[in-house]
Amino acid sequence: MSGEFMRDEMIEARRPPDARRGIWRWFHRNLFNGPINSVVTVVTIGLLAWGLWPFVQWALIQADWIGDSRQACSGEGACWVFISARFESIIYGFYPEAARWRVDIVFALMAGLLAWLAIPRVPGKRWAAVIAVIGFPIAAYVLLLGGHFGLMYVPTREWGGLMLTLTVATIGIVGSLPIGIVLALGRRSNLPFVRAVSVVFIEFWRGVPLITVLFMASVMLPLFVPTQVEFDKLLRALVGIMLFWSAYMAEVVRGGLQAIPSGQDEAGKALGLGYWQRMGLIVLPQALKLVIPGIVNTFIALFKDTSLVLIIGLFDLLAIIRAGLTDSDWLGFATEGYVFAALVFWVFCFSMSRYSQYIERRLQTGHTS
Amino acid sequence: MSQATATSHGDTPMIEMTGLNKWYGDFHVLRDIDLTVARGERIVICGPSGSGKSTLIRCINHLESHQQGEIVVNGVPMTQDVKRIEQIRRNVGMVFQHFNLFPHLSVLENCCLSQTWVQKKPRAEAEKTAMEYLERVQIADQAHKYPGQLSGGQQQRVAIARSLCMRPEVMLFDEPTSALDPEMIKEVLDVMIELAREGMTMLCVTHEMGFAKTVADRVIFMDQGQIIEEAPPETFFNQPRSERTKLFLSQILGH
Repeated sequence: MSGEFMRDEMIEARRPPDARRGIWRWFHRNLFNGPINSVVTVVTIGLLAWGLWPFVQWALIQADWIGDSRQACSGEGACWVFISARFESIIYGFYPEAARWRVDIVFALMAGLLAWLAIPRVPGKRWAAVIAVIGFPIAAYVLLLGGHFGLMYVPTREWGGLMLTLTVATIGIVGSLPIGIVLALGRRSNLPFVRAVSVVFIEFWRGVPLITVLFMASVMLPLFVPTQVEFDKLLRALVGIMLFWSAYMAEVVRGGLQAIPSGQDEAGKALGLGYWQRMGLIVLPQALKLVIPGIVNTFIALFKDTSLVLIIGLFDLLAIIRAGLTDSDWLGFATEGYVFAALVFWVFCFSMSRYSQYIERRLQTGHTS
Repeated sequence: MSQATATSHGDTPMIEMTGLNKWYGDFHVLRDIDLTVARGERIVICGPSGSGKSTLIRCINHLESHQQGEIVVNGVPMTQDVKRIEQIRRNVGMVFQHFNLFPHLSVLENCCLSQTWVQKKPRAEAEKTAMEYLERVQIADQAHKYPGQLSGGQQQRVAIARSLCMRPEVMLFDEPTSALDPEMIKEVLDVMIELAREGMTMLCVTHEMGFAKTVADRVIFMDQGQIIEEAPPETFFNQPRSERTKLFLSQILGH
């Protein structure tokens, strides 16, 4: 080889070698790229089919779907009639039938607002946010509780089912995130008092089980406050859940705050921005984006743990289904009940998970500093 | 760049530091610093790493706090009061070694952020100012990109424009070319030289001795937290007085 070289012409950029695309190529590359992998693939599919087939048979093929009493069920497969017969109570709990339209309106409002906020193409996000933060809670409060504008008063002990689950989860999620952010900032504050309060708060709420919190809220609190002051049981549970989860949220957010280089804050300072401006405009947008997986993880855990309110006598989705199991007309359908409850929880949690992944991709500016 | 600033404050110096001392724990980083910077003066600070030169200029906009001594910026004495500090920072621009652009905002938004939030300018006016300065650092065509899509030299020019948008009376440069690839150092230095020619008061911590020779009114050499020598560039480079300075110059110029 000669030791000298000089290029006369630059090489033009070319397209990558053509290749088959699409699903078959994916199968070929990932599942059948060689004799051993092909065998493993076939065996795995066989095992899955063998393992899942009885469940599919039970849940879908031999199941009974139509009817209004247990006589409609053959007993060979699942008896979904149990669910459909009790569907109203699963959704509304003991909410008076005459007033259930109010719950429907709240559901519809919430779905509409969520779509407005969550779908990027829909304009007017600022208005949606204002309505979601101020208008919707007031409307939901007035509609659900009643007692004003000629609406029948429905005490919270009559709330239940999916409606109660969603109420607890929504208020828990919407409340715990901002409190958690404030706590996370507090824990990193330069002010010793603020820092101490945040640390004590976080460590206290993280150190006790949620069940203990709920018990304390429902059983012990009334012992300490004068009897004429009566807090609503649901309200007490809500406050407990919110504070409990805000402590977890605070640590998730703090993880994000720590990942932001100090140069970001310094650049903000050098530009004359104040503390809240630097946090709100520079540090938090980056930190929260980083910890979306952790935040959504906490949301999902919170959503599922709402079912713990059953131990203080609130009938959420799971508790209502359990109550249905003891109905003497419907003994012996526990499996259907639990599978259905699991499915409902799964649909909500999986939706949150997928949406968070979508948001992560959307916020990706491709590069970090 | 407007030179009208001098009229409003008469002949008060831009920056006045007297008896400045600072410690990190027991470590004495800045020792008895006295430094006065006149309006329009361009100063280059050099010295070995760990000599306290970055710490010194970071004290001027209170990114670092000092324990003893006085700093007066543009006639305003530095205190611990947050409002006072923010008032001083509005007049002091700073450019960092690692650019510190906000990666979640576009180039244009980076330049508009403090205009809209600190100076409370309307959006359109802020964008107009931003585009003016982006034009001047010759990067206006990238205004809608994100910082991560730009080269180091381009990012640093955006950072300079972002600072200038606040129309500061003094600019601090903290090793602005140290994190750049050699090919990109010149484009940043050119912008800084241009700025110096327009009369901006500048304090630059840098190892670019060519830049010091071209624009500096005074070169300051620091070692172990103290000012060892200060002189106009011709004197500084041709007849350094202290042995420490001679050694430093032979090391950075001798290869």
